[in-house]
Amino acid sequence: MELATLVEKALAGNRRALSRLVTVVETGDALAQRALAQVFPHTGKAHIVGVTGAPGTGKSTLVNQLALHWRQAGRTVAIVAVDPTSPFSGGAILGDRIRMQALGGDPGCYIRSMASRGSLGGLARATGDAIKVLDAAGYDVIIVETVGAGQAEVEITREAHTVIVVEIPGMGDDIQAIKAGILEIADVFVVNKADREGVERTVRQLRMMLHLGAGEHRDGWEPPIVQTVASSGLHIAEAAAAVEQHLAHLQHNNLLRQRESQRLEREWNTILREQALAALHARVPAAEWQQLLQQMLERQIDPYAAAARVLDQVFQPSDIDVV
Amino acid sequence: MQHERPIRVLVAKPGLDGHDRGAKVIARALRDAGMEVIYTGLQQTPQMIVEAALQEDVDCIGLSILSGAHMTLLPKIHQLLVEQEGEDILVIAGGIISDADAAELKNNHGIAAVFGPGASTHDIIDFIRAQVRPTTVEG
Ligand SMILES: Nc1nc2c(ncn2[C@@H]2O[C@H](COP(=O)(O)OP(=O)(O)OP(=O)(O)O)[C@@H](O)[C@H]2O)c(=O)[nH]1
Ligand SMILES: [Mg+2]
Repeated sequence: MELATLVEKALAGNRRALSRLVTVVETGDALAQRALAQVFPHTGKAHIVGVTGAPGTGKSTLVNQLALHWRQAGRTVAIVAVDPTSPFSGGAILGDRIRMQALGGDPGCYIRSMASRGSLGGLARATGDAIKVLDAAGYDVIIVETVGAGQAEVEITREAHTVIVVEIPGMGDDIQAIKAGILEIADVFVVNKADREGVERTVRQLRMMLHLGAGEHRDGWEPPIVQTVASSGLHIAEAAAAVEQHLAHLQHNNLLRQRESQRLEREWNTILREQALAALHARVPAAEWQQLLQQMLERQIDPYAAAARVLDQVFQPSDIDVV
Repeated sequence: MQHERPIRVLVAKPGLDGHDRGAKVIARALRDAGMEVIYTGLQQTPQMIVEAALQEDVDCIGLSILSGAHMTLLPKIHQLLVEQEGEDILVIAGGIISDADAAELKNNHGIAAVFGPGASTHDIIDFIRAQVRPTTVEG
């Protein structure tokens, strides 16, 4: 199929085309770049909600419930669920859909599993691009479930407007160990499995940590703590309301635009770094890279000087003074 | 222009019978062969399976079926795939299926292969690798 036709069909609501387009951007090749160029003008409308937390805390179950809640409120929902790729085989088992059966058969909800494909930090390299495709396709809310990791995943804050950190009772000491991380990234805390013992204690600890770090809250927002039982749907409405209030807070304080600007700048710089390096490799003969590497090994030249040698060949010396 | 990606397979268990040991063994074997396996669990209806396969843009659907209802479930899955422009997806089935039924499924209902209880996971992996057509989009 022709790329332009594929994009057109995907944005017009054709599911099969949308799925194929996500596949295309997931490969990250030249075709993916052309696809994103066509998609990009249509992005920037969805509320992007990240869900992160340790393995088995109930992230997928919560995502399922939040999606049901927002669907009932008449909003369309897309879900991206990331699971780890095996470093040994390159394969993956993506099992988050198991908890999302209730969303089946609903044309207003789209679920896509992604393997991390070697990238660390809880997301796949192309998760951000998949989000763009779903945003352009017009989904009102995009929920992103990260890989379940032991520690807080910062990566998700770069993609989501609102980050939910899921905790469960009985993680007491763990919370202490990771508090710096989760305080930084959480916009909403969900203490899930509130049907279990020790929930009060966990909530108390979280509250204490939040107050200890008072004044450091991102964007002048104090993250609310919501207790849920995702497996039965208890207090899901409260969790959803907390997420919506956070978005309203960002909007009222013009923070949404500021975040988007930071995000785009970061993305742009990453691309520039990669492409600049690729361009240098293309312009300077491989033998010369090898020679410089040898000289570094022999301690005849240091890495800064080696970098300067490469840059000197491509830029005017006066250009590099600013580096 | 062609692009490379790991082969994606949906492993599903249609029908009402209760355990998914076989499906899980297959899922792990395919993962260990470098494939991305979307695992959807027990008691999937044909509608749920086809919907998931299309959303996940899989190359192959692997169905584990023991309930004896294969002659209704498998043709239904094929029919739904055809209706929703998904007939290019390779569909294979594993389970206890008689030779006569297997022939009927292959000849008339778009099932590419039927693997009996004795089939090795290697056979299944080789078959998928040989049969999956790479996704092509022209830029
Ligand atoms: N008791 C109790 N169990 C729950 C609750 N929410 C989810 N569970 C169960 O917890 C288990 C894990 O749930 P998932 O939603 O798969 O957890 P997850 O965080 O997505 O797991 P990974 O993606 O593997 O990291 C399942 O057996 C759920 O049924 C809850 O509120 N209470
Ligand atoms: Mg999960």
